[in-house]
Amino acid sequence: MVSEAVAVNPLAIAERAVALAEAAGGEEIEALVSADQAQLTRFANSEIHQNVAETNGSLNLRVAIGKRVGVASSNRLDDEGLRRLAETAVAIARNSAELDDWGGLPQPTPIVDQPAGWSEATASATPEQRAAGVRAVIAAADAAGVRAFGSFSTSTEHLAVANSHGIRAAQQRTAAQLLTVTMAADGGSGYAEQAGVDVGTIDAAAVGREAAEKARASENPVAVEPGDWSVVLEEYAVVDLLSMLAYMGFSALAVQEERSFAEPGKVIGSELVTIVDDASEPGAMPMAFDYEGVAKQRVVLVERGVCRDVVWDAQTAARAGRQSTGHGLPAPNSYGPFPLNMVMSPGVTERSALVGEMERGLLVTRFHYTNPVHPKLAIVTGMTRDGTFLVEDGRIVGPVRNLRFTQSYLAALAGTVAVGRERRTVRGDFGGVLVPPVRIEGWTFTGATEH
Amino acid sequence: MRDLSERSLDTAVQLGASYADVRVVRRRDESIAIKTGRVEGVASGESEGFGVRVIVDGGWGFASSSILTAAEADRVAGEAVRIARASATALRDRVRLDDRAPAHGTYETPIDEDPFSVPLEEKIGLLLEADEAARSVDGVAFIETRYDAQRETRTFAATDGSWTEQTFTHVGAGVEANAIEGDEHQRRSYPDADGGTFTAAGFEYVRGLDLRGRAGPLAEECVALLSAPQCPSGRFTIVLDPSQLYMQVHESCGHPTELDRVFGTEASYAGTSFLTTDKLKDGFRYGSDLVTIVADATAPRGMGTFGWDDEGVAAQAVPLVQDGIFVGYLSSRETAPRIGRGSGGAMRADGWNRIPLIRMTNVNLLPRPGMSLDDIVADTDDGLYLASNRSWSIDDRRLNFQFATEVAYEIKGGKKGRLFKNPTYTGITYEFWRSLDAVGDESSYVMLGTPNCGKGEPGQGAHVGHAVSGARFRDVQVGVGKW
Repeated sequence: MVSEAVAVNPLAIAERAVALAEAAGGEEIEALVSADQAQLTRFANSEIHQNVAETNGSLNLRVAIGKRVGVASSNRLDDEGLRRLAETAVAIARNSAELDDWGGLPQPTPIVDQPAGWSEATASATPEQRAAGVRAVIAAADAAGVRAFGSFSTSTEHLAVANSHGIRAAQQRTAAQLLTVTMAADGGSGYAEQAGVDVGTIDAAAVGREAAEKARASENPVAVEPGDWSVVLEEYAVVDLLSMLAYMGFSALAVQEERSFAEPGKVIGSELVTIVDDASEPGAMPMAFDYEGVAKQRVVLVERGVCRDVVWDAQTAARAGRQSTGHGLPAPNSYGPFPLNMVMSPGVTERSALVGEMERGLLVTRFHYTNPVHPKLAIVTGMTRDGTFLVEDGRIVGPVRNLRFTQSYLAALAGTVAVGRERRTVRGDFGGVLVPPVRIEGWTFTGATEH
Repeated sequence: MRDLSERSLDTAVQLGASYADVRVVRRRDESIAIKTGRVEGVASGESEGFGVRVIVDGGWGFASSSILTAAEADRVAGEAVRIARASATALRDRVRLDDRAPAHGTYETPIDEDPFSVPLEEKIGLLLEADEAARSVDGVAFIETRYDAQRETRTFAATDGSWTEQTFTHVGAGVEANAIEGDEHQRRSYPDADGGTFTAAGFEYVRGLDLRGRAGPLAEECVALLSAPQCPSGRFTIVLDPSQLYMQVHESCGHPTELDRVFGTEASYAGTSFLTTDKLKDGFRYGSDLVTIVADATAPRGMGTFGWDDEGVAAQAVPLVQDGIFVGYLSSRETAPRIGRGSGGAMRADGWNRIPLIRMTNVNLLPRPGMSLDDIVADTDDGLYLASNRSWSIDDRRLNFQFATEVAYEIKGGKKGRLFKNPTYTGITYEFWRSLDAVGDESSYVMLGTPNCGKGEPGQGAHVGHAVSGARFRDVQVGVGKW
């Protein structure tokens, strides 16, 4: 049973857990407490069909005895639950094997609050407000004669970390996202999304209009041949490039295990490509510290096409004799550190010019079900979805059926010839991402489907 | 738990719910992760809570909490009702559920050896033995071995008087060797990658895997792949090992037969399905005559096996494809009446804080007597044998798919020969299944599955099973992309 206090003061619970684990025989102890409230209103066929809310609090307790490490987690946060969890974590550590290169838990770092990560409007959002937003999307869809599908979500997260080396960190964050897929009768499909910290910044009617217009524009698509194409990728597609590259290579552990493409000084993209991980960027859903309680640092991953660094957590940093950059995930974490607040620098090209300067190519709204085929070569396969258009002589000629690609995302960075000057916040698979649209030469489509 | 459940139901009804159900779920997990001799992660987790699902004014509402008190039961039931009323403000058709008799009873996964009673040191030791066997092979970059166990107790109560209690025990383990040279990274895994194969069983399943015995040869093959030729590109006869065929079934039959997808309720996330209801009426030819696929929630050792689904519908075996003809869907109490059928009992929720969705149970490609998997290879003059899934992708209507496997073996004159690296194959679902001309018999029929089938918003993972025996397909596009 979780106490009501967890939402008020998760740090106090973390401190209590550290004390209990010390009393139970732990030598190094880290307590990560998360108290979450999340709500999501989902709609399909222009009506609400699922509508949910969740209240949860959980504690992740990592204990080291010498070089033996154990982790136990629970959402029972009353005194009895905490005591039992402390004993479990200590028992696991005692019975585990030694980790030869255990670098120890991190030391305290100066943490800068990120008030931009919290919105009272989001925290107090109601089911009625979400339903009103959904109705605005549906109204835009109705006006265009298409059906709307999607979700409108709001959430709050209170996060606290305490460890036996003196880390005491607490932050609160909110997130809101409205997305919709709209479908027209004759095979047309569109997509739009707005996301951010403050639900008040989301213009539901605008989301509905954007997707509905695209659905109408993509009706009756025609087939085009797979092959190498110039493409303009909208922000909803670009987010997949960044997320996948993060997954495949921008982690120090991936580098240490030699499974990453990343190598400082190596040219991996065109000069137009600069990518950082910056948790202080308001458009990237700010965070003050990571899941080990270490302050977030801005890390330049790619600067004008040149790979500069990857992200580090306490263990990978200790192994390399450097400091964590504040990118640790909850323990146990065999995947390693991860960039959760990626930002791609804007370019100078107007949105209209991205298409307007393309002689022949495809405009891609978004990707679907992408998956690495060969991570070290950054080869990914996936499909286009929700609006793919043929462009000739700088003008959109008409919609095309969806295509499968099998493409190296590194080659895509190298083939980037234009970057948009406007950016959007998109919620990727792993966090907030701030991205511009881009134009890329030589994107390899390898198959086609029937719609 | 019964008191809390009844309290929630009573409150929901008092506040206006025409239907309500409550699930109280306690989940316990244990995991061990070892990487190249280092015991990187030993973890134990527990989570408990309850979720209340209601219909008010024809709309759905759901609220959940980890606070198991009477006061919280009232609050959560009230929140669910308020949410349902908000749903009703954007509603075109009121929710209707099919009739079924109230569910009563208990179910428990049959196990021989409780995985949570086996000493931790013994489990670690078993994984370290496999790790060492793989590490002893020259050229291996790193080894990952993993063990997982989960036990979940789940009660279900509904306003129709239903009350069920179920306990599930699932375990999984596996070893994975990785070899790296320059830009080449090869992997071989047993019995599957990303933590191994999971099943509904006790620790006896892990002991029976013989991870140590399989790890050495596996690592040798992994290193050999570094210098193997690239898989050729072209149209080939392919034989799929069970370790790949189960994923083919999962993506191209399991998901498109989910009736909620057909009705569009997953369109904004995972997409829809090409298997529209007109195809059910028309007897659409999904595959060749040899293709019979059943969603069987009663199959031994399947992770999709239970007594009742999360709507209180009893476990059953539902034919999806019979002798190549599409004949049925995975369905729920809300969706099945729309095609004039009763629920197939496929509503499953990922824990206490998620609503049930239509999920796969155990979607099995039934074996055919006549040819063993070895016989199929011996019967193949020229082709490729593909094993162990490495990558998967399929379009938003489940038509155009592409898979990569860890390894391909050349088949010449009925014998498996040299290795090829980086194999991929692609196709259109129904064309592919129509090209099947041989299915293995019972001798290679094995229950596999995945513990992380993703669906829904907010996201849910499901434990689903797939029993397959291996099969042969003709004229398949192999070797996709630039290498």
